[in-house]
Amino acid sequence: MTVPWLTLLGLVPLIGAGALLLPVKELARYLGMFFALLTAVAAIVITGMQLGGATLAEQVPWMPTFGAWWALNLDGMGLVMVLLTVALTPVVLLAEWKLESVGRWTPQAFVALVLLLESLSIYTFLAADVLLFYLFFEATLIPMYFLIGGFGGPQRAYAAMKFLLFSLAGGLVMLISVVGIYVYSYRLLGVPSYLLADLMKLTMPTDVGRWLMVGFLVAFIVKAPMVPVHTWLPTATEQSTPGTSVLLVGILDKIGTFGMIKFCLGLFPEASTWVAPVMVAMALVSILYGAIAAIGSTDLLRLIAYTSVSHFGFMVLGIYTFTTAGISGSIFYMVNHGFSTAALFLVVGMLIARRGSSKVADFGGVQKVAPVLAGFLLLAGLSGLALPGMSSFVSEFMVMAGAWSRQPWVAALAALGTVLAAVYIMRMYQRTMTGPVTDGVAERFTHDASMREKWVVAPLVAVILLLGFLPNLALGVIQPTTEQTLSHVGVTDPVAPLGEEGK
Amino acid sequence: MIAPTFEWFELAPVLVVLAGACLGVVLEAVLPQSRRFGVQLILTIGTLLIAMGFLAWNFKSGSAGLLAMRAVSLDGVTYLVWASLLVFGLLSLMVFGERKLTNGVSAFAASAASVPGSPAEAEAVAAHHEHTEVFPLALFSLAGMMVFAAANDLITAFIALEVMSLPLYLLAGMARRRRLLSQEAALKYFLLGSLASAFFLFGMALIYGYSGSFEYAGIDLGIANPIYGRGLLLTGSVLMAVGLLFKIGAVPFHNWVPDVYVGAPTPVTGFMAICVKLAAVAATVRFFYVALGAERWSWQPVMAAVAALTMVVGVLLALTQTDIKRLLAYSSVSHAGFVLVAVTGASVANTADSRYSIAAIVFYLLAYGFATVASFAVVTMVRNSAGEASDLTSWAGLGRKNPLLAGAFAVLMLSFAGIPLTGGFIGKWEVFTAAWQGGYSWLVVVAIVASLIAAYVYLKVIVAMFFSEEAEGVVVGNASLLTLVPIATGALASIYLGLFPGPVIDLVTAFSVFFR
Repeated sequence: MTVPWLTLLGLVPLIGAGALLLPVKELARYLGMFFALLTAVAAIVITGMQLGGATLAEQVPWMPTFGAWWALNLDGMGLVMVLLTVALTPVVLLAEWKLESVGRWTPQAFVALVLLLESLSIYTFLAADVLLFYLFFEATLIPMYFLIGGFGGPQRAYAAMKFLLFSLAGGLVMLISVVGIYVYSYRLLGVPSYLLADLMKLTMPTDVGRWLMVGFLVAFIVKAPMVPVHTWLPTATEQSTPGTSVLLVGILDKIGTFGMIKFCLGLFPEASTWVAPVMVAMALVSILYGAIAAIGSTDLLRLIAYTSVSHFGFMVLGIYTFTTAGISGSIFYMVNHGFSTAALFLVVGMLIARRGSSKVADFGGVQKVAPVLAGFLLLAGLSGLALPGMSSFVSEFMVMAGAWSRQPWVAALAALGTVLAAVYIMRMYQRTMTGPVTDGVAERFTHDASMREKWVVAPLVAVILLLGFLPNLALGVIQPTTEQTLSHVGVTDPVAPLGEEGK
Repeated sequence: MIAPTFEWFELAPVLVVLAGACLGVVLEAVLPQSRRFGVQLILTIGTLLIAMGFLAWNFKSGSAGLLAMRAVSLDGVTYLVWASLLVFGLLSLMVFGERKLTNGVSAFAASAASVPGSPAEAEAVAAHHEHTEVFPLALFSLAGMMVFAAANDLITAFIALEVMSLPLYLLAGMARRRRLLSQEAALKYFLLGSLASAFFLFGMALIYGYSGSFEYAGIDLGIANPIYGRGLLLTGSVLMAVGLLFKIGAVPFHNWVPDVYVGAPTPVTGFMAICVKLAAVAATVRFFYVALGAERWSWQPVMAAVAALTMVVGVLLALTQTDIKRLLAYSSVSHAGFVLVAVTGASVANTADSRYSIAAIVFYLLAYGFATVASFAVVTMVRNSAGEASDLTSWAGLGRKNPLLAGAFAVLMLSFAGIPLTGGFIGKWEVFTAAWQGGYSWLVVVAIVASLIAAYVYLKVIVAMFFSEEAEGVVVGNASLLTLVPIATGALASIYLGLFPGPVIDLVTAFSVFFR
């Protein structure tokens, strides 16, 4: 009897969510934090086992008639995404420690939903069965829907509905492909199977493979919001609490790019190379459009949402360069973006909590009254614009290098996005933090960052700097996934991978 | 002339239900008014439990075959449908017995025959009269459904259809509140229902004319060795399809559904929405697969078109509703469409493909049934001073008044919408795979679009319950276990079917076999 470690990992936060159904009242936050930290510890133990070479894959029949399995597996990409998830969850809980009740929507409900979301996200990243993945992919929408709709701004019900309908629309298009996979696995294998390992061996007819791939891709494009289906993101982040936005942008949206690599490239290699030019073009549009929209934003939360649209463009670009540097960079980008956007959202959340408004125009001169908070914003912002020394620099550079090796002009256009990033971050910082102290700010900013707030930002900044100086900590884990993916797709690098030019 | 045979044991589940109904009629005559309600309720529940016992006994002893001179087929599908009918019948008839919620009176009229608002009616209300006949009536109807789903020849099917329908026409007119609306519903249902029966009957005659047989196997034989041209067959099957699709509530024969569902007492609506649909779908599938399986190239495209139309029209009309009962009525129309999607998927009886199709149909109806039974029971609990508050605005803020009930209803809505981790999702996905497997991938695309619109419909209800200000003057009634048990069962079953569908799917697939 082997221990199902991966199942247990997802079960820990689920049990936590279940425990929070009890009337624990004041203890809810502590209980939630306990389970979030316990999950993090469990994830670290599992990381140790995985890196130690233990086989963690699990496979139990679930719907045998339809070839669906409870199959979990952990690869390099899955591992970093799980670590990102378990790291951000306690940070979010700490950041939202002071959340106030909105009617029945108590902090207890918030904590329970966050833990439920953590559990479902972990299973999404671990699923090694297409139907299982689809199930959790869609199931994550439910807690997120209630997180957006229950806590936040006055338009939150509308924002929640918009988020859900966009995601459901994408998800249902993917469902067509999931159904199609059943039909074709049945025809080609003789027995239906949803196991990723079985499906990767199939050679689909070219047309069918392309159609099915498009189904998956639509869902992932909506999820990793790319222009033109990104409009739900700014609305959602504007209306929800910063903690929710972190979970949404930092973790959930990553399922989009994660899915592109694991499912689009993994199941339909031919179709993925076929669609690459379109995806590169869309990525470039997202990079530039997101950056320009961020410059034009008057609302801090919308601004961060648009920077994310731009960053997701980089991630997608990296994937569809089909180079070692590009794909590794893209996966690394997912991690870094998770931490740096979390830092941005949470610091901005602290500012908004004091000022009572998220409009850029309502700030000014904060640096003078709250220097620590201003410093935090600067750090988070610099990470967002990929300053060397920050981890995001490494990944952005890798994506560009990958793009350059395929088509230099693509890299050149993408580089424009980096320039614009400097504009939107520094402009935001300048307009909110520097200059004369406005009346509103002087009145409302009675205290600088509290101890709790420092503890929220500290781990994020620590990770950003650590990975900035020692990127190989993460890249070493990511590299095998990249190599596997590339050899599966059957492409080789046009130039030697980074760091191996001389060999 | 051979002596007629009758397999008493194998047919016992139906016979018990009929006997229970007859006994109920006798009790109406001999018991004093005050004792009737309790006794009828116990008799009804007892009858259904005994019938289940017989069904389980038959199942265990492995009895199967064509019974009662080949009139009724006891095959895998019959077992599945009978078991589901008895379970859903039990759950929805429990709601019939609820009296605590409505201050000690049932949901049924004191004197349905009196003119609404007349002194005679007031007198009956004052005397605390109650129509306890509803229980035997529902049992008669249920027995009709069981035979309808298992009928192996057209005459049996027609008689069963009438036994099923006639009590329902009466039941629809029994609502205590809004008497006129209820009477209108009953009359509408009766008139349109008899028209549909007439179509069915005419179709039967033409098919007999073509094949010379009422038996499904004989019709199949007639298709294989045609004597006349196919005109008679095609016309006949179209006419019969009209009758059957009317009972299912498929577009374009759906117009009675919203009016009847709204007018009828809510417990009766719950009973109709699941049990009638289940029986009618089973009968349709049996007729088309067993009798007309060889003619599938003619009817499949028509069925696909009906399915597409039913889904799209159902969800679009549900989108515009502001009354929860009407919304659920149109939602039930759209669900009929989703079921028909699987009907097109399969071809002949007993091939591997058709097994998946039938399994998909049965599973979908199970998931739909649990959600339907429970959601109509929830509708009876949300009340204002005038009775049930079925307007959607009254449901605003229900999540604050009673989070548990609203949570259960949200689960049911998610299951209707086909969101993963609920039975509704697995059902939809099975139906889609069945249709694609049968070569109808375009129908899957239409179904997906319909699902998206449907999701919006159900989310609107969730938004109203959880994200809106509380409505004034609306309370969640204090219900007895007779209402709470069906709600809890429905919600838990919806989740169970979503998380652990494996065993149920295996069971359903193994038993999706027709006899001929």
